[in-house]
Amino acid sequence: MKKFWAWGALIFGLLYFILPLVGMTNFSLKMRRGVYSLDAYAVVLGDPRFQETFTYSILMALATIVFGVLLVVPTAYWVRLKLPGLRPYIEFVTLLPLVIPAIVIVFGYIRLYNTSSWLPLTGTTTGTNILLMFGYATLALPYMYRSVDTGLRSIDIATLTEAAQSLGAGWTTILAKIILPNVLVAVLSGAFLTFAIVIGEFTMAALLNRPAFGPYMQLLGANRAYEPAALAVMSFALTWGCLGLIQLVSRFQKGAQSPA
Amino acid sequence: MSFLNLTSIQKSFGPVQVVKDFNMAIEKGEFVSFLGPSGCGKTTVLRMIAGFETPSGGTITINGKSQANLRPNQRNIGMVFQAYALFPNMNVAENVAFGLKVAGRPKAEIDQRVKEMLGLIKLDHLADRYPYQMSGGQQQRVALARALAPKPQVLLLDEPLSALDAKIRVSLREEIRMIQQQLGITTVFVTHDQEEALSISDRIVVMNAGKADQIGAPAEIYNRPATRFVANFVGTLNLIEAKVVDPASNRVSIGDQGVTLREPLGAVKAGDTISLALRPEAGSIAPDAKGDTALTGEVISSNFLGSVIRTRMKVGPSVISFDMFNSPGLVPPAVGETATLRFTATDLLIIRD
Repeated sequence: MKKFWAWGALIFGLLYFILPLVGMTNFSLKMRRGVYSLDAYAVVLGDPRFQETFTYSILMALATIVFGVLLVVPTAYWVRLKLPGLRPYIEFVTLLPLVIPAIVIVFGYIRLYNTSSWLPLTGTTTGTNILLMFGYATLALPYMYRSVDTGLRSIDIATLTEAAQSLGAGWTTILAKIILPNVLVAVLSGAFLTFAIVIGEFTMAALLNRPAFGPYMQLLGANRAYEPAALAVMSFALTWGCLGLIQLVSRFQKGAQSPA
Repeated sequence: MSFLNLTSIQKSFGPVQVVKDFNMAIEKGEFVSFLGPSGCGKTTVLRMIAGFETPSGGTITINGKSQANLRPNQRNIGMVFQAYALFPNMNVAENVAFGLKVAGRPKAEIDQRVKEMLGLIKLDHLADRYPYQMSGGQQQRVALARALAPKPQVLLLDEPLSALDAKIRVSLREEIRMIQQQLGITTVFVTHDQEEALSISDRIVVMNAGKADQIGAPAEIYNRPATRFVANFVGTLNLIEAKVVDPASNRVSIGDQGVTLREPLGAVKAGDTISLALRPEAGSIAPDAKGDTALTGEVISSNFLGSVIRTRMKVGPSVISFDMFNSPGLVPPAVGETATLRFTATDLLIIRD
């Protein structure tokens, strides 16, 4: 009897998650009346605005990842090595983006960096892009920090640092040659999560008026029937692809089983 | 002037002073062990030499040069850690080459030196292995090769054998000593294992509560402990309470038995209590045992330890342990039996702390 309820709960859970996806995928394939076809996907992929916004979001995601890694890895490393007492505070700060809505953050940005401020980032396209990247990095901070911090926990960074120092290495060499390669899986996990967040983000890109993928999806959804469903399926596939890649890289990292 | 000088070194962590006025001069090519229990400050002194801790007071010089303003990566000191600390993302050859690459040496020189070092530790065949593919002993040998590759002026070993099993520990310590003598490198070895320190050191510093209690050659430390702490920590010394009978003739009593010491008693008066030390291997209860001094007591235990039999007997208020080499014909004394322990009076040391 116990087993019956366990199976029942599992099946209910699976249906709860899978049915909408099945329905959406089914709907996305019904653009041509009476038969299943990939017409909706062809329309989306052939749309120049799709290509433009998708490319823009990918580039923004890559820039955000680079910025995030450069910001988070040295910070998390330094906090663990020299300022362990500050860890709870740093963790609290990195969690703030989860409780402060993106719309609040972006309005704050616009107030602080508008054209009449001392740093008028919104006055130029490049400036606005940089601002958007900072916004994305803020949104991804809880995930990136946690990933990197977990990675750092799995290695003895204090002893490895001292070993490298005794061999003549400075801080840049230690970070680039010792710490980063040993937390690469964690960094990549954070990077893929950042990628998924940036690709689907709507609020910041829309309010800063940048041609990102999120606002394009919203625009399409408001005006078309089948294409938004196709786009949603593609977005899901992309996110799951990222999660799959996290699993893959963690399996292939050299020395991942090291006890040191 | 010696090669490595530690002068009036002090170190405090907040209100706790962990190293107190530590002085030591180490000659070039010498192997010195810092021996002491956990928390005695031995690792802190080592870390100050390496530059990982800054002394609260005092100076450290290597080859006449003050290390005060040098960061750890500027000191040219090789260090081996208890936890091996091999870089997990690099294979053996890359680990050994790391210091040379950081120093910007030419590739041909690096390759040559790596080969030489791997030959020295006899692991040439494992150059492509990653740390997680090796045993603890192998990893520690690689760590040693890595530390030696850039030709450091001083080698620091921070309890490098503690994480290894007993058999590997003995073979690796002999290997470390052989390599150290072969290269003639000045070495400081930190350990809490007295057997390790006694077996491979030129000199031993016995540390207690942040200061050096005694500095000397292994035999001197073992045979002539300067303080009660050294006597207790090094070996299994018997500490015997004795009462001064006649200071002029060095006569004392242990329980109700009189003994004449060879060492002058110094500034004590009749009736004072003093501590004497006696090594377990110094005496024998065999009928033909030689010695100018004897103590008689009741056997309270007799334990077979393989190569030796350790017997404990009660003499007055003290319990004395002594070891006899095992032999097929040897009959250990029975508990409750009265036995007479014979030894030479010079084996009885006065502990003056």
